[in-house]
Amino acid sequence: MWHGWGLAFRLLVFPGFLFTVVVGMVLTWVDRVVSARVQWRKGPPFLQPFADLFKLLLKQTVVPEHSARLAFMLAPVVGLAAMVIAPLLLFYVSFNPAGSFVGDLVVLVYLLALPPLGLIVGASASRNPISAVGASREMTLYFGYELPFLLALLVPVIKTGGLLRLGDLVAYQQLHGPFLYSASGVIAALVVLAVVQAKLGYVPFDMAEAEQEIMSGVFVEYSGASLALFKLTKAMMFFILPLFLVTVFWGGISDWWAILKVLAVVVLVILAKNTNPRLRIDQALRFFWFIIGGLGIIAVILAFIKL
Amino acid sequence: MSKLGLWGLKRSPWVYHVAAASCNNCDIEILELLTPRYDVERFGAVLVGSPRHADALLVTGVLNRKSLPRVMEVYEQTAKPCLVICIGSCTCGNQVFRNSYNAVGPYDKYLPVAAYVPGCPPKPEAMILGIVKALSKL
Repeated sequence: MWHGWGLAFRLLVFPGFLFTVVVGMVLTWVDRVVSARVQWRKGPPFLQPFADLFKLLLKQTVVPEHSARLAFMLAPVVGLAAMVIAPLLLFYVSFNPAGSFVGDLVVLVYLLALPPLGLIVGASASRNPISAVGASREMTLYFGYELPFLLALLVPVIKTGGLLRLGDLVAYQQLHGPFLYSASGVIAALVVLAVVQAKLGYVPFDMAEAEQEIMSGVFVEYSGASLALFKLTKAMMFFILPLFLVTVFWGGISDWWAILKVLAVVVLVILAKNTNPRLRIDQALRFFWFIIGGLGIIAVILAFIKL
Repeated sequence: MSKLGLWGLKRSPWVYHVAAASCNNCDIEILELLTPRYDVERFGAVLVGSPRHADALLVTGVLNRKSLPRVMEVYEQTAKPCLVICIGSCTCGNQVFRNSYNAVGPYDKYLPVAAYVPGCPPKPEAMILGIVKALSKL
């Protein structure tokens, strides 16, 4: 892989921080405008996410009196750091399939698990009862979606005959066509789509930050720059998760079609967000374990019999 | 606040709704303000659930002995800079409660009020005007 200045540039500028932030912000704007059009409104101007970000970064950051200060202030950075590394890995394997290492799929799964972890730690550290409710919901939801997520990621691994390298998965798809164009692949991609929705914390799975009942739950004590970091992480995830889905199931991101594919996934997520009511946490858990988890098992069985 | 922060603040005033013992009429009009018909998200304004996220507090109602400490606490919890915008005639002149034993007087005795929006209740257009005027003073 890269070393020295090359690595620094890639971490901070091109596939890493800056690029992901800008694309994520633009996608956030797309989300808000599409939502506005669904509700027959005009929606915010193009620079809106950037205005929100700069305002939050330069506002006062309040640390609650009885909170665990260190954990409270460090929690937003955990998820952000993971989201800086994840696009690096994704871009690297797509353009250089031979150069990845064994188990990078597992590394990515762990990186994608860090933002909810940071959220849970930060919300618990704030010592706010409303945050605690949000944190417990976030944790429950995480246990709900992680099992179907792993089941769905088993499908490409089984289809390639047990390859755990993301690079090998991309190379296999370039030879034999994307996994999405098979029965097991479609089901697995659907499962991952539901998981993406939950990982982003979008309706119907936004119970951890439900504005109407627990006043933005896990974020309730965060203000200023630390809130901005959470918003930034979420914007980056909004780009990285569709990118991950396209890389693993839809033939990688090495050609120009990938832009349209990522946009298609994003629009699906936005439309699902705008046409569904919020689920209760027990309903969401049941949905992920029995319906989405069941679909995941069916996809794994189909993959075993080579469908 | 720096120029960049001010630019951001003027374009994304997140509002938090403080109902300090109002008759609910102004509160309903504030909700009206946030409906798709007026679409304040065009100006970047969003209703937030926590005073920590707020840039503007929309306060309604006659300030009285019971609501004063609550309003002050919400104001102290808000991340600064934050604008206080008083909505409705009650906030401007205590209305029919002006001689009441319980009314503790105008808001700007206790808080730095950025704008008063009169009306019983004020129209959503008037509230938008109030927020815009308060922001353009910055």
